[in-house]
Amino acid sequence: MGALTDVTTDVTTDVTTGAAATTTADVVVDLATAQVRELNARLHAVAPAAGPSTWRVLHPAGKHNIAVGLDRDLTVEVEGHVGYFCAGMNQQAAVVVHGNAGNGVAENMMSGRVHVRGNASQAAGATAHGGLLVIDGDTSARCGISMKGVDIVVGGSVGHMSAFMAQAGRLVVCGDAGDALGDSIYEARLYVRGSVKSLGADCVEKEVRAEHLAELAGLLAAAGRDEDPAQFRRYGSARTLYNFHVDNASAY
Amino acid sequence: MNDFASQGLRESATFDRTTIAAIQHAARTGIYDIRGGGAKRELPHFDDLLFLGASMSRYPLEGYRERCDTDVVLGARNAKFPLHLSTPVTIAGMSFGALSGRAKEALGRGASEVGTSTTTGDGGMTEEERGQSKHLVYQYLPSRYGMNPDHLRAADAIEVVLGQGAKPGGGGMLLGQKITERVAGMRTLPVGVDQRSACRHPDWTGPDDLAIKIAELREITDWEKPVYVKVGASRPYYDVKLAVKAGADVVVVDGMQGGTAATQDVFIEHVGIPTLAAIPQAVQALQEMGVHREVQLIVSGGVRNGADLAKCMALGADAVAIGTAALIALGDNDPALDAEYRALGSAAGYYDDWQAGRDPAGITTQDPELQQRLDPVAAGHRLANYLRVMTMEAQIIARACGKAHLQHLEPEDLVALTVEAAAMARLPLAGTSWVPGRAGAGL
Amino acid sequence: MCGIAGLHVRDSALFPHLGRLLQGMLCQAAERGTDAAGVGIYGDPRLTPAGRSTVCVLDVPVPAGQAAALVDAAGEVGPVEAVAAGQTTVFTAPASPEVLEAAVRAAFPGVVVTSRGNSLAVLKGTGHPDDLARTFSLADAQGWQGVAHTRMATESAVTSTGSHPFSVGPDQCLVHNGSFANHATIRRELRAEGIAFDSDNDTEVGARFVAHQLAQGADVEKALRLLCERFDGFYTLVVTTGTSFAVVRDAIACKPAVVAETDAWVAMASEYRYLAGLPGVESARIFEPEPEVVYAWER
Repeated sequence: MGALTDVTTDVTTDVTTGAAATTTADVVVDLATAQVRELNARLHAVAPAAGPSTWRVLHPAGKHNIAVGLDRDLTVEVEGHVGYFCAGMNQQAAVVVHGNAGNGVAENMMSGRVHVRGNASQAAGATAHGGLLVIDGDTSARCGISMKGVDIVVGGSVGHMSAFMAQAGRLVVCGDAGDALGDSIYEARLYVRGSVKSLGADCVEKEVRAEHLAELAGLLAAAGRDEDPAQFRRYGSARTLYNFHVDNASAY
Repeated sequence: MNDFASQGLRESATFDRTTIAAIQHAARTGIYDIRGGGAKRELPHFDDLLFLGASMSRYPLEGYRERCDTDVVLGARNAKFPLHLSTPVTIAGMSFGALSGRAKEALGRGASEVGTSTTTGDGGMTEEERGQSKHLVYQYLPSRYGMNPDHLRAADAIEVVLGQGAKPGGGGMLLGQKITERVAGMRTLPVGVDQRSACRHPDWTGPDDLAIKIAELREITDWEKPVYVKVGASRPYYDVKLAVKAGADVVVVDGMQGGTAATQDVFIEHVGIPTLAAIPQAVQALQEMGVHREVQLIVSGGVRNGADLAKCMALGADAVAIGTAALIALGDNDPALDAEYRALGSAAGYYDDWQAGRDPAGITTQDPELQQRLDPVAAGHRLANYLRVMTMEAQIIARACGKAHLQHLEPEDLVALTVEAAAMARLPLAGTSWVPGRAGAGL
Repeated sequence: MCGIAGLHVRDSALFPHLGRLLQGMLCQAAERGTDAAGVGIYGDPRLTPAGRSTVCVLDVPVPAGQAAALVDAAGEVGPVEAVAAGQTTVFTAPASPEVLEAAVRAAFPGVVVTSRGNSLAVLKGTGHPDDLARTFSLADAQGWQGVAHTRMATESAVTSTGSHPFSVGPDQCLVHNGSFANHATIRRELRAEGIAFDSDNDTEVGARFVAHQLAQGADVEKALRLLCERFDGFYTLVVTTGTSFAVVRDAIACKPAVVAETDAWVAMASEYRYLAGLPGVESARIFEPEPEVVYAWER
């Protein structure tokens, strides 16, 4: 992988905080001139034996499908807002978005870590099986929809229908949750620090026991947050919709 | 025969015995009927069409000697590696979960033997299937059960599923009896739950979003694989156009006779349009966009034999997909199992409780003992035989019409037997030049 | 299914740049549809000069100069001027919009009028948005507010008449991403009240519904709340009038929408990238509209 030679140190402004960020990168790809296709092709072409490397992506300007399908020990720093499906189906890699993310950030992630420094749009972490998704700001609707094992930590609030049909994994919301949280939820665990506008069908509040406090502390620490686990409430499945019963027909 | 008639008794055509039983079932249980299979009601179908064999005005080709090719290339529009199949009969998406692992293996064996493709289903890709299928299409479904980028990269094509003919507008369903440990593990679900799948994809809605999703799938797989889009037939003229606009390389249109593993009977029988009615709309859409044959059309839903295949091709399809017929070739509804079907309250030829997981043929089940009844090698060979027969039957018809390739069949080779079929297929009624709804018929 | 964008400019220093900014937004939206496109521009001194009213018409069969003369001859509207912008012809005259519209219709019976008013001109047509922007001379347009739309037709025909924006009341304009699921019934209801339609497009039903509510005295906010109650389907809408800019989404809110706001402007787009070229976007307040909440800004 000859591309790992253009070592650059650069200073840019973090678009969400206005603070100057300094990053050392092995490779810099500027999407003002390069196509997303070229970026992804280069990221996919990194040899397994090449070892970890850090990439910086400049001027994403809301483009879609940035850094999708990665499967190497890479760090990708994206300097700005991204469009749909950034870091989609991620494996192993760490992707940091210094800005906002569009629909479906880290959708179907398997492993690795995706960190959005700003807000995320709909369906953040949709159907993701593993890894850690951290969103410093808010997400809109359907955060963690059909999540299948991923851990999601949201610093702000999540929109309506979050954790819809959530199967496994943990969703931590440091702010508030919108309507119908956890509708038709299976075995995912939800932790919310603020208010919940309403719970969806079959989602109920559950007791927070010591193991939950420990789990929550671990997730907050992994996300680099300092909220007190004791301030959170836990929600999960009442398991009344797991098998059809005529008394529950109206909940379908 | 009817003893009651002579006694002055009369069965209601409106409240016939099936209807009475359905009302009684609803009153007793409080739940709608869930079953497998496709629409059972009588519908205008391929049997209502006939071919015009050549005689004096056109010349037929000699069987066995003169060339009549059957191969088809799917998805060359954008993919680095399009599929090149020996026969245009493909195996439709059927999930591991709905089917046993051995049934999936048998499908792979049979399809590979004749050089065609199989398709995964809800719940992901199994070793049995990937191992045995030379050409494997990976379905990308709303539930994303078992969705895995490694499998995406291991597939030969990707099929984005918006709907299926048995239930356009509906999601999936797999009842608790079939959610065994292995199925539950693949789908990240508790063992034994009734698994419900969403009717829309979780992270995109509509064709404009689909264009971005297709681009993502291409990016992840480095533009190597064809991307299919599958729709249940309801408004195929619009849906096919939108699939093409969104970037599909292949469009799959599944008519209402298409089967399902488990859905409400009311959905199966009352939503969607017949396969026959869907094809001309889909072809018209492709032709108007100037991409007929460039974007391939796969038709499914009630395709049973070489005549059906030839009729689909003549109406403008590039290939067909079979599901129910393939299961029958494997051994579903085998008369030899009649006593066992009767023990389940059904009979050979009637069995549609694919949702129940008690299939005595060992196909639509996850029961470890029942599964063992299916020999994947023998069943695969039966499927291969059947696929060969279908292909040869279509060739017989194509040669009789003077065609050197199945794809050279055209609507002008067909006539319709009924006014309904003539109107839906936009063909002349046999022996006339009258196409319902079309002005200015000549001759 | 479509890409939509709107820009409501607060800082008059940006008025001369409205067209250039809107063109950037429109061209980014092109990926969401290349069947057709259109823009609505408020306050352009050429399209809507002070002291005159403006009527926009599709597919006028004669050149602009000749068209102006024919309208002049058809009614007492004062000196008529006309400019062609692709498939749209823009007529202006020192008369009320109603009087000018009547003269245009008298001169060209059966034509489709795409806007009428004192501050709005709607330019639209079929084809690729990039090409249409050129025929509209969009980069040269000025003004205080604009909306843009690119179309991927779902069910209704790909015609200039079926393109967005839909402007069916004076200085009103509506663009839509999504599709309504019960528009046929509402169309029948509106027809029964004597309202005529120009196209088979579902969005036109939304625009006629809103115009009908406004005509009966509702404000934009109330009209859009009534729309949310009455319409099934998925939609993100931008609705503008001679004084306001409003955004609303359906209850499920699947179709994308991003709003950005600075002291200099308010902008809405289907995707952030349409906004990426706006001046000062780096420090804008960016948010996604909540379902069934009407966001409205007054001039």
